[in-house]
Amino acid sequence: MRELRYREALREAMIEEMDRDDRIFLMGEEVGHYQGAYKVSEGLLAQFGEKRVIDTPIAEAGFAGVGVGAAMVGLRPIIEFMTWNFSFVAFDQIISNAAKIHQMSGGRLKVPVVFRGPNGAAKQVASQHSHSVDPFYTNIPGLYVVMPATPRDAKGLLKAAIRCEDPVVFLEGETLYNVKGDVPDADEEEVIPLGKGRIAREGSDCTIIAWGRPYYTAMAAAEQLAAEGTECEVVDPRTLRPLDTDLMIESVRKTNRCVLVHEHWPYGGPGAEIVDRIQREAFDHLDAPILRVPALDVPMPYATNLEELVLPTTQRVVDAVKRVTYA
Amino acid sequence: MASGRDELLAHYEKMFEIRRFEEEAARAYAQSKIGGFLHLYIGQEAIAVGTNAALTDDDYVFQTYRDHGIALARGMSPNAAMAELFGKDAGCSRGLGGSMHFFDVENNFLGGWGIVGGHLALAAGAAFKSKYTEDGRVTVCFFGEGSTNIGGFHEALSLAGLWKLPIVFICENNQYAMGTPMSRTSPLDDLTLKAQGYGMQGDRFQGYDVRTVQERVGLAVKRARRGEGPTFIEVETYRFRGHSMSDPAKYRSRAELEERKKKDPLVIARDLLKEAGVGDEQMDEIEERVEAAIDACVKFAAAAEPAKEEVMWDTVYATDLSTKRGAGR
Repeated sequence: MRELRYREALREAMIEEMDRDDRIFLMGEEVGHYQGAYKVSEGLLAQFGEKRVIDTPIAEAGFAGVGVGAAMVGLRPIIEFMTWNFSFVAFDQIISNAAKIHQMSGGRLKVPVVFRGPNGAAKQVASQHSHSVDPFYTNIPGLYVVMPATPRDAKGLLKAAIRCEDPVVFLEGETLYNVKGDVPDADEEEVIPLGKGRIAREGSDCTIIAWGRPYYTAMAAAEQLAAEGTECEVVDPRTLRPLDTDLMIESVRKTNRCVLVHEHWPYGGPGAEIVDRIQREAFDHLDAPILRVPALDVPMPYATNLEELVLPTTQRVVDAVKRVTYA
Repeated sequence: MASGRDELLAHYEKMFEIRRFEEEAARAYAQSKIGGFLHLYIGQEAIAVGTNAALTDDDYVFQTYRDHGIALARGMSPNAAMAELFGKDAGCSRGLGGSMHFFDVENNFLGGWGIVGGHLALAAGAAFKSKYTEDGRVTVCFFGEGSTNIGGFHEALSLAGLWKLPIVFICENNQYAMGTPMSRTSPLDDLTLKAQGYGMQGDRFQGYDVRTVQERVGLAVKRARRGEGPTFIEVETYRFRGHSMSDPAKYRSRAELEERKKKDPLVIARDLLKEAGVGDEQMDEIEERVEAAIDACVKFAAAAEPAKEEVMWDTVYATDLSTKRGAGR
């Protein structure tokens, strides 16, 4: 093991995969000469050249579609959105095209494309640049949706996403790029299967399910609660479509209580989906209603004090766990 | 000359096949054997057949939802096409796509796309792959004049022009975007003026004589294959039917339609063949052969197995993933 930043882990995944398979290319705004808006692709242009690291004009619908079309005929594109907020102008390419082609063609075409980039709120970038897009894309059959929290998961899951035969929506945390964490050594290749979650912390009193940045909020809350004598089990599904339902059900059957922490809005989304699955499959095991700690149901405000109010906090998670454990 | 005549005969046979296929599809639609949307290509056949004749089997072709003509021109069997319209497992998309989503990977016909402007970037992606792998293929992308105002059109042409992709964009200007004439949607009469904005060649001609289409598209295909970049072609044409089966086309006059029918590509081809000395007997032979094939395809489609539930589940993902185990389990 060695310590890497989240962005370095993502970069390593791309380098290793591009070394392995020359059908893989990276395309997006500022990915080449500028070295990446968030420096994830730093050095890739020098290593792989302009043929495989391709700067585009500001035309998300255009280059997302080029990626889908190239994947249909045998290439393996990585399409970077500078942020996922900008994917909305390419919605049609992802939803009407990428997600539909395999079935619409009677299974005769496939679309091994990865769409990746930073997701979620950063710091005071206001309402148009602060979306957590997981609810939009998880609703679509035909897409994989992955949202890694740690550098290790970022690398192992991106490698799996690049090797996947289906379109993958890969949601990186905009505020996680500098986070450091243990990653296996370069000679120990780790490909983390899509659709498999992880028990990040074991505990017997309450299950906390969290993904992406709120994973860290959940871990902090679990630490605080442990000091007070409540042992939480933190489950990170890592992939949101397909969901590792069994892992979450198993945990709830053990703890009998469950709190979810997510950065997307409360209306629907994977948060509500997970609650639905647990209530159906672990109904007799629940000792309290499942609670959610989501972003508040408002467009993201600019002011710091309000932004902090909107996003899930450690205290809100602690409070929710106390409510379900009747503490 | 004889080879030119034989080629024209083959083109005529294919155009006649497309015409008769669609007339029978319209009949089946009226009998509720076909559902959903059915957009007919009747009147535009010379463009599909002429373009296909300018391509190799390896070249890629994309089309809008008005896709029966080019699919048949590319070599799809009428059986697979009609079975798709009937929603059968033997259909070209196993009954999962329908009229708007024909696919024929073996003949490099890459769809039938339902969102106006949405498939142009896909076609640019296929052309990107040809440039990336230097496979020598050219991509042809058809769309209507109604597509030329939406963002997807502009972004695809911008990228194709910027990267000099081996692609030919063919705008089939059939005069009406659903029910709206171009005079009410575009400030331009000549759409090829747009080509300049994307740094690409433009060409513009009438698409009633299949030989003209073959020749002019052929020039653009050669240019693309030589690595000289894309071409934007505007072909004047006319659809004799409404936008789809549900459209009685009240926005145009009977007189206009009758005037346009004088330029029916099948009539033009038939006259040319007569001039070239092809006798009635030979024409009858062709038409009988086509009639038999079309009659057979309707019977085939009617008798074929319905679309299968397991295929529906198994084709959501290419990877082995049971989607039945989703939200509704």
